[in-house]
Amino acid sequence: VCIHRVRSCSSIRFIKSKYVCVFDKSALKFSHQQRLFRTSAVSCGQIVQFKLSDIGEGITEVTVKEWYVKEGDSVSQFDSICEVQSDKASVTITSRYDGIIRKLHYSIDDIAFVGKPLVDIEIDASKGVASEEDVVETPPMSHEEHTHQEIKGHKTLATPAVRRLAMENNIKLSEVVGTGKDNRILKEDILNYLAKQTGAILPPSPKAEIVPPQRRAEAVPAAPKDKARKIPVPVSRPIAFAGKDKTEPVTGFQKAMVKTMSAALKIPHFGYSDEVDLTQLVQLREELKPLAEMRGVKLSFMPFFMKAASLGLLQYPILNSSLDENCQNVTYKASHNIGVAMDTGQGLIVPNVKNVQVCSVFDIAVELNRLQSLGSAGQLGTSDLTGGTFTLSNIGTIGGTYAKPVILPPEVAIGALGKIQVLPRFNSKGEVFKAQIMNVSWSADHRIIDGATMARFSNLWKSYLENPASMLLDLK
Amino acid sequence: MVLQSVKNCLWMSCVLRTPKAYFWSTASGGLIIQSVSNDVYQNLAVEDWIHDHMDLEKQQVLFLWRNSPAVVIGRHQNPWQECNLRLLRQKNIKLARRRSGGGTVYHDLGNINLTFFTSRKKYERMENLKLVVKALKALRPQLDVRVTDRYDILLDRQYKISGTAAKLGRTNAYHHCTLLCNADKCVLSSVLKSPSKGLKSNATPSVPALVKNLFEEDPSLTSEMLLDAIAKEYAVQHQIDHHITLINPTDETLLPGISDKTKELQTWEWVYGKTPKFSISTCLNMVYKDSVLDVKVNMDVKHGRIEVCNIDLPEQWLPPGLYSELVKSLTGSKFCPNETTTLVTTLLRLCPQDDELHSRWSLLCENMIRLM
Repeated sequence: VCIHRVRSCSSIRFIKSKYVCVFDKSALKFSHQQRLFRTSAVSCGQIVQFKLSDIGEGITEVTVKEWYVKEGDSVSQFDSICEVQSDKASVTITSRYDGIIRKLHYSIDDIAFVGKPLVDIEIDASKGVASEEDVVETPPMSHEEHTHQEIKGHKTLATPAVRRLAMENNIKLSEVVGTGKDNRILKEDILNYLAKQTGAILPPSPKAEIVPPQRRAEAVPAAPKDKARKIPVPVSRPIAFAGKDKTEPVTGFQKAMVKTMSAALKIPHFGYSDEVDLTQLVQLREELKPLAEMRGVKLSFMPFFMKAASLGLLQYPILNSSLDENCQNVTYKASHNIGVAMDTGQGLIVPNVKNVQVCSVFDIAVELNRLQSLGSAGQLGTSDLTGGTFTLSNIGTIGGTYAKPVILPPEVAIGALGKIQVLPRFNSKGEVFKAQIMNVSWSADHRIIDGATMARFSNLWKSYLENPASMLLDLK
Repeated sequence: MVLQSVKNCLWMSCVLRTPKAYFWSTASGGLIIQSVSNDVYQNLAVEDWIHDHMDLEKQQVLFLWRNSPAVVIGRHQNPWQECNLRLLRQKNIKLARRRSGGGTVYHDLGNINLTFFTSRKKYERMENLKLVVKALKALRPQLDVRVTDRYDILLDRQYKISGTAAKLGRTNAYHHCTLLCNADKCVLSSVLKSPSKGLKSNATPSVPALVKNLFEEDPSLTSEMLLDAIAKEYAVQHQIDHHITLINPTDETLLPGISDKTKELQTWEWVYGKTPKFSISTCLNMVYKDSVLDVKVNMDVKHGRIEVCNIDLPEQWLPPGLYSELVKSLTGSKFCPNETTTLVTTLLRLCPQDDELHSRWSLLCENMIRLM
């Protein structure tokens, strides 16, 4: 049934529709609205006032708590429109029609009345009212609350695992032909459907011929049906991709990153990399780990790296300094507050261990444990995150070898540690042995640090780690 | 009490080859299930799943569950207004927002939760509560328990032992309620006391009530006994077998999509972001170098994010550039201590390395973060 309506702007009166519509009359009202006159003959939709239906328990009024739609949004039947609350009950109101929201009758926190209009929906004239036979099944999982897996009318048979597979791939089960018993859709049917969509290579199915679903006329793929060939030839076809770009504002952790990195840009970086043979350190840690555990502390490699760095900084204090804004003065920091880059769920944070120069390896391990548990719980305090003078980033725990770390102002140096790999190396006798090799990549502020200083520091740090016993000589 | 484990169910269903169908559509008009998990998010997700996916026209469901310590706020409530968030974080007590309305409750293993699932048409809270009272009286006839017209259950006419909330959808509805068996009342009262001052909001407020544990009335009662008694009464009233089927909320085969639901309930956007718009208007009393500074702070928070932020500092206390940077950073960011800490410590990196400035900055920021 089609309704034409011509609206005039000059008069408030409207022209009644010529055609009688087959709607539930009680839900229908012609709205007295003033609209702009259109010269072109546009067939507009019917505006339907969707009333707030009975909540039950004799409730007559509710409070509108949240709108899921705004004016101009298009909605489908069963989409959630708003959330209302009445006496400890939260009610999700869903749309009865497909159409476009034209008016919200209430604002948040207003009292809404049962039986009175809630929203005005413009129903698409060509479609008419959504029929109850609509097949509403397995839409992709949305972030809203209203996911529906009801199937009305058409019953498509499929196990939960198959349904999920279809859901994950945005496939409508109604478009897949089932080859199982009673036309049940099997996993293979989904995979075949996918293959045809993307032109993916699938090994030829050992089962009977797969009937291609009725789709728009396209070139018949030579691939899966041709059993003579071992490897089917991929046929390129236009890939239907329904994804959309998503824009969101930069906030929170990302905002912090943007600020830090933009400031870091001003620092002229130079890089210096090397490899460190950690064979002896690995062994030492294995021996010390149970001792630390007995004291209730998890011992990783970081405390060793940090202590060695601190010993190195004692010899090369310029790496633990700060350059002022005008590059007039260099401040040599007395404390070695060594920052440790941490990857949390939300992003990068760099808490620091204070005064590593007076801490033992065990002390550092204890403090690291504390920072790590606070970091993962999102409970680090401001003092933990400020005052850093030098930073180490153990990206190797995730992966990688060489890196190009960015200095965190107001510091002047940073080191990125790659993963420990077992590699063949030559010893002093010329024999090949199994070595535990880790790569380190330093970055430093070239305004006040030169390559030679960085290299010497790195060599010293490396020597402490390659021969951990030498640390004993210089421990303070 | 007969407990039939899910494993048996599924083994049998493997033979029949339709696990979900067998499990969910029993011939009878009712089903009693109990969660094996004590994770509040997983259990809330099961409620969501049943509400979204089950056909409750011919069959009603009773879901029994208990949680390890958690505070659960209603759909339209404000966590800052309802509980002591700092204390929750310190004690590692989870915070969850449920989808039903109503007020804030504290859950621990001494509190049991009952969810009555019905079709929308058969939604009837009073009947459910009367069932609970009947079950309690059958177990211990001397208990003075009754249902009020606020849908609470009172013990000895003055102590609240049960709170109610409900959720109605298009075709399904559920009514859930708590039952205080042996919860930690100390923790309960301390976490449900919010320290925030100057908070103005239209969020649903909780109505504080005097509470008592059933255990205090009768030390022979345990949570298990209560669960069983209620299940028995439900079975009688729905004319079904007194079977409690155990259900694992992490079973994706039985409950496809449940892990997504569980994850969503834990996101910041759901727990905090769904807070109705509110404003904070308060005064920070900052002690700085032998003097006390009164700093007025006004903030508007929408969707859990700071929309507007005004801090009334004495002139030149902070360099104006830095002050405007602070306000700019805070605007649009989450009203969350973690995020604010990250932002303010980052900003500190970018300003001159002046000890005086740093200590003022830290003082101000720490006071601001304490509001969150």
